[in-house]
Amino acid sequence: MTLLADDISFSYPKNDVIKEITFSLEEGDYLAVLGTNGAGKSTLLKCLSKILNPQLGKVYINGIDSSTLKGTELAKNIAYVPQSHDYSKKTVFDSVLLGRKPYIKWDVSQNDIEIVEDILRLLDLENYSMRYTNELSGGELQKVIIARALAQQPKVLLMDEPTSNLDLKNQIEVLSIIKEIINIQKISAVVTMHDLNLALRFANKFILIKEGELFAFGDATVLNSESIKSVYGVDVVIEEYLGIPVVIPI
Amino acid sequence: MNIKKNRGVLFQDNVYEHHIIRKKFIIIVLLAVTIVAFFWAINAGAMPIKPKKVILAILGLGDNKSISIIRNIRMPRVVSGILAGAGLSIAGCIMQNNLKNPLASPSTLGISNAAAFGANVAIILLGAGTIVSTGLGEIQIFNPYIVTICAMSFSIGSTLLIISLSKIGRFSTQSIILAGVALSSLFSAGTMIIQYFSGDTTKVAAVIFWTFGDLGRASWNEIIIMGILIAISIIYFIYHRWDYNALDSGDDTAKSLGVNVERIRLCGMFMASVITAVTVSFLGIIGFIGLICPQITKRLIGSDNRYLIPASAIMGSFILLISDTLARVLLSPQTLPVGAVTSFLGAPLFLYFLIKGM
Repeated sequence: MTLLADDISFSYPKNDVIKEITFSLEEGDYLAVLGTNGAGKSTLLKCLSKILNPQLGKVYINGIDSSTLKGTELAKNIAYVPQSHDYSKKTVFDSVLLGRKPYIKWDVSQNDIEIVEDILRLLDLENYSMRYTNELSGGELQKVIIARALAQQPKVLLMDEPTSNLDLKNQIEVLSIIKEIINIQKISAVVTMHDLNLALRFANKFILIKEGELFAFGDATVLNSESIKSVYGVDVVIEEYLGIPVVIPI
Repeated sequence: MNIKKNRGVLFQDNVYEHHIIRKKFIIIVLLAVTIVAFFWAINAGAMPIKPKKVILAILGLGDNKSISIIRNIRMPRVVSGILAGAGLSIAGCIMQNNLKNPLASPSTLGISNAAAFGANVAIILLGAGTIVSTGLGEIQIFNPYIVTICAMSFSIGSTLLIISLSKIGRFSTQSIILAGVALSSLFSAGTMIIQYFSGDTTKVAAVIFWTFGDLGRASWNEIIIMGILIAISIIYFIYHRWDYNALDSGDDTAKSLGVNVERIRLCGMFMASVITAVTVSFLGIIGFIGLICPQITKRLIGSDNRYLIPASAIMGSFILLISDTLARVLLSPQTLPVGAVTSFLGAPLFLYFLIKGM
């Protein structure tokens, strides 16, 4: 079991954000976290990565309680791609190299440089490596942030709406690459998404969150017209087209 | 899929290595021009001394007159300039990084005004100084330690107050700067009131001269204290350079990379404030360096703190040395306030960078 979220709850002083959420992931799982705006998807990811400390419950990574791990040790196990990010005058290469921070003792090693080069190549960013991040388009920048997370060589990859700034081609490309990395490196990924069709196409596990509570967790069967109606309040039909499930609002 | 195969042409050319070499080259050039500025600064004065004689005098060789001028007058001034420039610039660099705001600096956070208020209390209320009529408006401080202790107490107190407020009120980085601006305004008002009600215009004149800032004010003892604190801070900042790089990418990203964001920010702000407080207390207010030097350096070398931190320190030393030397030679024998020269020299340079879009 790569990741186990055991009964985690988080609340701000005046409102509960997520309540008693439990789920587990195996190696190679691609989990789509779905729900309406404000349902608690981003908070769940922040609790998993210890950016926020859940008031109740624990998170285990490969059986180890994440609260017992030091910051840098946790960063070697879990990488997080935020929904929005700051950027300064840094090259793409340096931005991705930052993902090696948990491994760097004093100076960057040749191994760090090679890992960054490989990831840049994998995400088709090698021709941008010496460009400054403040000169990139939203889509290019998003790929750089994902590349930085991959440079951490994590066991679990957490991504908060990673495709929200990307065009259709880049959305499919990025989600495909993530799927490929999950399969090759035997890691798992937790991705918050709004596009149910992309979720059905790439993910193999699904969480539906409604008002901070776990509404459903499981394989593609949990994503049906009834659950979507309950969570989103929208009537849909799910049809297969060329073997791909498609959610159609009616 | 094997992602290790098919190495791109780009990486075979070691583009990254060239990128790093370029940054190191900029640092070496900055260092070289600072060394040139050092010899110019030490040579400038009523009695020109050639570089060879300067080196001999530093080593204690050569004629007694040269040794005396170099060791007792020019070296303290030049070393003060190198240390204060490096300290103020690096303090600004860390504050701008920690608070994610290019306007963060010792002056915008109220540390300089707090020191000035302390000096006003010492000189006007405690009678620690006056001005004597030598025709050049010579400041005479009867008890420099009282002035320094008062200035340092208020500036460190102001720093601790901002840090405590930000902890208690869970301030955002923007709110910390606004708190600094508010405190700065408070200390300015306090200074104004003390000066307004002072019946002794010579004391008011003395404190105004004190605030101008003067690199020749510090003795070797003070220079050693300043040097030790600035050296410790620079080592600390360089040790945490990767943490500052992570902070540049946002608090959430930094936390996910294993950085204890609150602790790094608190320690960084505290150390930057202490070196500012010490420098301002020993030398008076030297504006501009902490605000603009890190910005100019960032435009030359980028935001990577591995190179930005040492380069900012050298840039601060260079600009302050050049400014002080110009302040001494432009209207010789009259000396201009060094803070005014730093602004006259640096502001056009900074505006040029802004217009060029660098």
